[in-house]
Amino acid sequence: MNRHLLSAADLDRDTATLILDTARGMAAAMTGREVRKLPTLRGRTVVNLFYEDSTRTRVSFEAAAKRLSADVVTFSAKGSSVSKGESLKDTALTLQAMGADAVVVRHSASGAPHRLTEWLDGSVVNAGDGTHEHPTQALLDAYTIRERMGRLEGLRVAIVGDVLHSRVARSNVHLLTTFGADVTLVAPPTLLPVGVTDWPVDVSYDLDGVLPKVDVVMMLRVQRERMNDSFFPSAREYSRRYGLDTARMARLPGEAIVMHPGPMIRGMEIAAEVADSARSVIVDQVANGVLVRMAVLYLLLSGEKGSMA
Amino acid sequence: MAEPAHDQAGDTRPARQILSDSDISRVIDRIAHQILEKTRGAAETVLLGIPTRGVPLASRLAERIAAFEGATIPHGALDVTLYRDDLRIRGARALGPTDVPADGVDGRRVILVDDVLYSGRTVRAALNALYDLGRPSQVQLAVLVDRGHRQLPIRADYVGKNIPTAASENVSVHLKEHDGTDEVLLSGGAA
Repeated sequence: MNRHLLSAADLDRDTATLILDTARGMAAAMTGREVRKLPTLRGRTVVNLFYEDSTRTRVSFEAAAKRLSADVVTFSAKGSSVSKGESLKDTALTLQAMGADAVVVRHSASGAPHRLTEWLDGSVVNAGDGTHEHPTQALLDAYTIRERMGRLEGLRVAIVGDVLHSRVARSNVHLLTTFGADVTLVAPPTLLPVGVTDWPVDVSYDLDGVLPKVDVVMMLRVQRERMNDSFFPSAREYSRRYGLDTARMARLPGEAIVMHPGPMIRGMEIAAEVADSARSVIVDQVANGVLVRMAVLYLLLSGEKGSMA
Repeated sequence: MAEPAHDQAGDTRPARQILSDSDISRVIDRIAHQILEKTRGAAETVLLGIPTRGVPLASRLAERIAAFEGATIPHGALDVTLYRDDLRIRGARALGPTDVPADGVDGRRVILVDDVLYSGRTVRAALNALYDLGRPSQVQLAVLVDRGHRQLPIRADYVGKNIPTAASENVSVHLKEHDGTDEVLLSGGAA
């Protein structure tokens, strides 16, 4: 990978480690300051191009760019020329003409960020494309795990829920296995993608059996808006078999942590008591998201061509 | 760092030792005394080292000042990478540590510590970084080596050794904490 961040699969271990170390440097640089801003990207323009609703990712990227003093232009599909029928290419050419140094894109079509790189001179950052990837989410998850557990290599991580529709799961599988973690996917058979047997992961249908053997359990949101067919009989049955409630959480070993990329549906995949428990790092994930995105923007936008070699 | 301290240009001339390990410890003792003299006991003073090699220098200075006067003065690290003026030209670099003592810098005398003073650009970046942290009452600069060739109106308050150099030469500072040995080498230059 070089100028763009399109996929966690493009990141080798050294580059991914550099991003996490830089994020930690950002945290140190931001601590105890009177001015909560760094001048690093002054005069650069970061465009947030969001074709799908996403409050937390958009706000996180916006905060990251602003803390580095970049100018931020937010372009959401609703109420813009996109809703009047402008094509992705024409939008890209418009952004190109405006001189965007980086474009952060979220799109419902897998591969849209990759296509954008053909029309833009600036860096493209994938903020979630269809069911493909969401690399900065995986990076912030890895950062959160590393900060809490001190390492990633050899950790046992369970990713639980709607793996089929989850770009978060895909990016996390790539990144966590790159770091040498052992990943187990836990989901009903209908919510696992075809070809999952070729992934470098274990697969289980039995959450209760997996929980005592993991250091990290990552709950995925049930993406009801993506479900045209019925993948499970009822929300209640899903919640009973794959939801993380207090009784299930008690099966986790000593220091194990609970993660959720958000937005979470309390009472569905995760019980409110679990989300608010001491094992939960869900709030840390949000705070770390800004740091990791600062690191990514810094590494992509410094130098003529970017330096995430 | 005023320059990559361990980056030796491909050259034919052998490196020349400018300061030995005992020279370095004498120089640090002297700067510690000068700080005590000039600041009348170093009250309300914070030492901030600029990574990489300014950080161990700041901690050694704090240790010597404590040994001479029994005064503990807080010391830490101030990374300036995100404030550099050459990020667009030279690309992103790994960030160094930033560790500011708990009481901060407001109303205190801050002494910035670096290994080599060269163009002055690192110190410019450090001043900007410092003023985003708070408002010191005074800022001073201590360096182990001043090699000249300033590109900005910046000077040091405490200098370990002035070394006249050519721009083509390379000053390498080695410190035990990072390099296993204490010495300053001069290499390169027109043969």
